[in-house]
Amino acid sequence: MTEKNPTSTIELLTFQLAEQEYSLDIMSVREIRGWTRATPLPQAPHYMKGVINLRGTVLPVMDLAERLGLPPRAQSDRAVIIVVKQDECMTGLLVDAVSDIIALTSDDLQPPPDGSAGGGGVVSALTLIDNRMIRILDLAATINVSEGLAA
Amino acid sequence: MSEQNDAMAEIRASFFIECEELLEALQDGLQIMDDGADDSETINVVFRAVHSIKGGAGAFGLEFLVRFAHRYETVLDEVRAERLAVTPDALKVFYQAADHLSDLVRISRDNLPAPEEQTQALLVALNAFLGEDGEVEEAPEEEIDFSPMGISLDLGGDGSDLPDLDDLPPLPPLPGLDEPGTRRYLIRFTPTAELFETGNEPALLLRNLHALGEMRVTCDTSEVPELGQLVPEVPHLTWDITLETEAEEAEIASIFEFVEGLCRLDITREGDAETQIMIEGDMETGETAGAVVAAAESAAPETTDIAVAEVPEATASLPEPEPVPEPAKEPPVTPASAPPKPAVQAPPAAKTIVRVDIDRIERLVNLVGELVINQAMLSQSLEQSGLSPHSDAMNGLEEFQRLTRDIQDSVMMIRAQPVKSLFQRMSRIVRESSGAVDKDVRLIVHGEDTEVDKTVIERLADPLTHMIRNAVDHGLESKSARAAAGKPEQGQVHLSAAHRSGRVVIEISDDGAGINRPKVQQLAIDKGLIPADAMLSDTEIDNLLFMPGFSTADKVSDLSGRGVGMDVVRTAIQALGGRITTTSQPGEGTTFSISLPLTLAVLDGMVVEVADETLVLPLNVVVETLTLEAGDVQMLRPGRNVVRVRSGFVPLLDLGGALGYRAPLEDMTGAVVLLIGQEDGSTAALMIDNIVDQRQVVIKGLDESFHRAPGIAAATILGDGQIALILDPSDIISNAMSMQLTMASQSRAEGAIA
Repeated sequence: MTEKNPTSTIELLTFQLAEQEYSLDIMSVREIRGWTRATPLPQAPHYMKGVINLRGTVLPVMDLAERLGLPPRAQSDRAVIIVVKQDECMTGLLVDAVSDIIALTSDDLQPPPDGSAGGGGVVSALTLIDNRMIRILDLAATINVSEGLAA
Repeated sequence: MSEQNDAMAEIRASFFIECEELLEALQDGLQIMDDGADDSETINVVFRAVHSIKGGAGAFGLEFLVRFAHRYETVLDEVRAERLAVTPDALKVFYQAADHLSDLVRISRDNLPAPEEQTQALLVALNAFLGEDGEVEEAPEEEIDFSPMGISLDLGGDGSDLPDLDDLPPLPPLPGLDEPGTRRYLIRFTPTAELFETGNEPALLLRNLHALGEMRVTCDTSEVPELGQLVPEVPHLTWDITLETEAEEAEIASIFEFVEGLCRLDITREGDAETQIMIEGDMETGETAGAVVAAAESAAPETTDIAVAEVPEATASLPEPEPVPEPAKEPPVTPASAPPKPAVQAPPAAKTIVRVDIDRIERLVNLVGELVINQAMLSQSLEQSGLSPHSDAMNGLEEFQRLTRDIQDSVMMIRAQPVKSLFQRMSRIVRESSGAVDKDVRLIVHGEDTEVDKTVIERLADPLTHMIRNAVDHGLESKSARAAAGKPEQGQVHLSAAHRSGRVVIEISDDGAGINRPKVQQLAIDKGLIPADAMLSDTEIDNLLFMPGFSTADKVSDLSGRGVGMDVVRTAIQALGGRITTTSQPGEGTTFSISLPLTLAVLDGMVVEVADETLVLPLNVVVETLTLEAGDVQMLRPGRNVVRVRSGFVPLLDLGGALGYRAPLEDMTGAVVLLIGQEDGSTAALMIDNIVDQRQVVIKGLDESFHRAPGIAAATILGDGQIALILDPSDIISNAMSMQLTMASQSRAEGAIA
């Protein structure tokens, strides 16, 4: 991922999940759209909400909170789907709300302490903004591990 | 890459596409010859295909391709000239040569090294037909020089003041030009307007002619009308050529091969006498020559309809000697007196074919898919708005639906291709594989014009190849075994394609020994695929062939049995939405039947509701629907129910439960049941909540990353914008049944322990 380069500036999209703040590299974000009912996929892992219609293509949607093992959300109108592209594959991530876009240099990033329970190694770094801790997600791990689980 | 390179690459690419077509025509022609027809037209087609490939290859400097094609062509020319009879042996070599030619084309296209050994072997085989003069024949052809040469075409006043070609650059000396074998030909060449319209250029033809030997060209301008009456699109020129060459007459004619029917051409061989260039009717040649020319002249008024017979003096003062008309860009605006188009033998009306990039078609298909979805959305919202069904809007919608369907069908037609190319590849597989196992096999093909979606054809090639190999290797007995069984030594493999109720059915059948069922069952037991005491029906035994890790051949031949079994074939067919079934009669043969959807893009579906979810089933698998009443469902054992349909019992499966949407229902009364026809001919019943609609749905593929569950074939977008999953009912049923079996055996085992 890009944060390996010490001099680079990265922009992150931050969002809320179960009262916690997470973020993703904005370069992998394609769009953000409101929640629509997903068609459930039978026998899929529990965190797969199903598939939705994204302008004629079938988009799988993953409940990020469930994926990370966080408590399930109370149904909220603010829930949105962040459409991300990873390895030419589009996926929707269901989150509680989108907060902000922040710009960081890689110096601001700290590696997560060992043994962190952050959802099985999907948190690649941490950073502090206004004394709030923001977890930076490793998108590839978030999506691909799920495939491993399914298989 | 420079633009020029791009253009060149493009031309090259189109040459190879043309080659494919020519190779197809070649195979076709050989097949017709094989079937016993040996009319000159067929032979001509075969000859021309090879010739055209050679011509193109020459232009791209593909030496080895030219060399091989040339020899092949030479042999075919012998056939054409009826000096060589088409024997079965000859045909075999022709087939091999055609196969090799297609290999060479492929090799040239991919810039692979040329297989010298094979080429040599086949060249020797071809030479055998030519006798001793085979080697010599090649010489003149290699002299063809593609570098430009100047040819001066002077159009002097009355045509008797003739230019000669002495000021041409010296020719490369032709070997043996001065040998006594040098002959002199008189060629009279009158192009028609079509020749120019098709983009041919007389100067190039003359230049090619020049490569054959020393020649003098004179232009006969006597037909050129007065300037005032001159229609620029109508050619009036005739060239008289005296050619000294050792080439055969046929070789000269072959230069004009591509303008056959587009010009009048007389080639006469002359004695030793020095000939004067002749103006019309003045030709002093041998008797035959005179007769031919006379005939040509008497035909002239009819064929070209040139109104002006005499060349007026004025022609001499033509401002520009430019009577060679440009290819006509639009139909000439002819005055009433102007000649109509010459009625010379028109070339056979060929279908106009446009080559289109497949990506563009894909895009069109996708757009039509969107259109179908959109139309469904529109009709849904119109229905909800409570309009009267007789309102204009609803009538308009109906028309719109019809149009959408027409458009969709037409777009799918674009993608459809005849299975011919696929079948031709199979005939090669049969030739090669029968040779490898020393069997005499004849492939009989039916319905090769059946059209199937291009993607289906492409993805069918591998499974079909495998099945054909199997038929030759395992299906047919050896020659001696066939003789012992009282069958003709030559085995037959039938390959057929046909449209049947919205699907394509491809059948591969052999007249071999049929499936040896005891052996198959024993093998399956030996391999631990089935329990030793299993009682299997014939169909079940036949289906064992499709189990992974099954191979019936006693010894693994290098032909089949490479670890890819029929299970791979079945997987490939299923991936295409198809089914494969087997029928076999001991001693009479085996038939594999593949049923495929016509297209991978659209499906006639039944929209159903289960546990508040909308699902789509392929309409063609639904045999019957019924509503359950009390007492219809009987329990066989816990978790396994059957439903009574007339006098029979059919296993019943709750679709909602099988997909994990809900717990198994307690009360099934009032539920709707779909009877699903399975590929092995059996039926199973799927229980759903209700049927919503029957409609065409656009298939949206699901990637592997979608956690695709077994039984889910694809997805589609419904009229309300929601996604509905498309089910593969057979998959669901077989999955659920096997799951129930394991569950049942588990509970039995647990019971035993307790």
